[in-house]
Amino acid sequence: MAERSMAAAELVRFRGGGFEPGLRRGAAWLVLALILAAWQAASSSGLLPALVMPSPLQVLHAFADMWRSGRLTIDLEASLSRVAWGWTIGTAAGLAAGIAMGIWSSARSVGIPVVSALFPIPKIALLPLLILWFGIGEPSKVATIALGVFFPTVITGYSSVDAVPRNLIRMAQSFNVPRHAIIRKILLPGAMPGILAGFRISSSIALILLVAAEMIGAEHGVGAFILQAGNLMQTDQLVAGVVVLSVLGLAISYLLGRLERALLRWG
Amino acid sequence: MELLVEGVSHRYGNLQALEGIELAVREGETLALLGPSGCGKSTLLGIMGGLLAPSAGRVRVRGAAPPGSLNHFTYVFQDFALLPWRTVAGNVALALEHHPLGAAERARRIEEALRLTGLEEFARAYPKQLSGGMRQRVGIARATAVRPAVLFLDEPLSSLDAQTRELLMEDLVKIWGRERTTSVYVTHNLFEALRMADRIAVLSRRPGRVKEIVAVDIPLAERGAPEHAATITALHNRIWELIRDEVQVADREVHDG
Ligand SMILES: Nc1ncnc2c1ncn2[C@@H]1O[C@H](COP(=O)(O)OP(=O)(O)O)[C@@H](O)[C@H]1O
Ligand SMILES: [Mg+2]
Repeated sequence: MAERSMAAAELVRFRGGGFEPGLRRGAAWLVLALILAAWQAASSSGLLPALVMPSPLQVLHAFADMWRSGRLTIDLEASLSRVAWGWTIGTAAGLAAGIAMGIWSSARSVGIPVVSALFPIPKIALLPLLILWFGIGEPSKVATIALGVFFPTVITGYSSVDAVPRNLIRMAQSFNVPRHAIIRKILLPGAMPGILAGFRISSSIALILLVAAEMIGAEHGVGAFILQAGNLMQTDQLVAGVVVLSVLGLAISYLLGRLERALLRWG
Repeated sequence: MELLVEGVSHRYGNLQALEGIELAVREGETLALLGPSGCGKSTLLGIMGGLLAPSAGRVRVRGAAPPGSLNHFTYVFQDFALLPWRTVAGNVALALEHHPLGAAERARRIEEALRLTGLEEFARAYPKQLSGGMRQRVGIARATAVRPAVLFLDEPLSSLDAQTRELLMEDLVKIWGRERTTSVYVTHNLFEALRMADRIAVLSRRPGRVKEIVAVDIPLAERGAPEHAATITALHNRIWELIRDEVQVADREVHDG
């Protein structure tokens, strides 16, 4: 018996595993370094003319110039204050409207048709009108960003409230928890993951509108800086400006990640 | 506290879920509502505790609530209904926070409820860190913290595995032995009903009616004893005959939506 099974014994072939993509440490930096090296090599060898694309070192120089001349501070300050105001106003108003639409039928009945009608308008198209209303200064740019942020925030607001499990609300009612406490203790924390996910979308919309608004009419700001550099064919400055914008985007995404980890520790 | 269900019927659109339900839940007893899924048990339980308005009929209470009762009609849910962003203690606290208790009294009630359900060590844990059985203990702790006059349990053990269910049944029997809270225990499981209930109301399906009320005249703590085995088996067989056909129909039903 034992001999027979020994003679016939074969290994069971392993067929599982795979389909679990992970991240290798340092791979990102390695890829970045390779790309920069290849880029620099192409520029140094004359394959890539500076007018088409400056070399990484030229971009670094342009960046240092911006820093030394103080332009970086001025432009970054102008841009940051526009995004901060625009995003905050749009988000506050959007959350108020969206959460109200998540709670009350009356707010929802009025809100949904209005939002559906206005959401598809590319908000940058309203900038000329906003300039007529508010003048060429800051308010028109802030208002463009705020409007662009408002509508998607309304939508994430009420859909996040909708996504709060109704059984939790029924549970609270069964314990006679008052209505305002149900909103504060159950609806709002329950909607938080959706709202925070919405912040990622609305912050990228805010950045796009910022650059567009600054390119249409602004003296200062990263968008204006990039446009001016383009007009003067200073591609090194232009690319340096783009790099500043992408760092800004990364910084915002990092901060939102921190916020998510702080607020959603339970998830 | 006694609960009187008088001529309760309920419709969902065209579907007659309950018809002419007459029931009395006696002071201190545990009444099981037994029936196949879809027969209207949850609907009836919701109506009994005021979470759902019946299409017809009414529910009345008689007698005084126990002293210190903060929420007379209290539920334990099948899916636990715990707030994932609150700790175990925080979930129990939710039931107390809107009552004018002193901080000391609130903390005392939470501690007592956690002790009663064996959760002291888990006070600061979050629901996602707990097993299903421990989560339902939190649901039970939250319910006992308000000292209910009537406790409604909607299939409290149905989402647990057999062993966990066994442990929790033993604990519930112990808790009931101490508190003697009037309870309504919804289940589709005949064994559970025979373990937990003083009387079993057998419900029929479509429309839900009370077919028969069967008394189990054996003290809860002695249900497992060998000398009662024959009685329990006889009851089991009798009730099984009552529900067998309906279970079969419910099982073969095709759901839409
Ligand atoms: N909100 C609802 N709307 C429409 N039909 C419902 C609703 N809730 C339950 N029902 C139907 O009513 C019947 C009884 O449901 P329920 O009380 O949940 O039964 P049980 O708890 O015994 O499984 C089922 O057929 C179910 O599909
Ligand atoms: Mg049910």
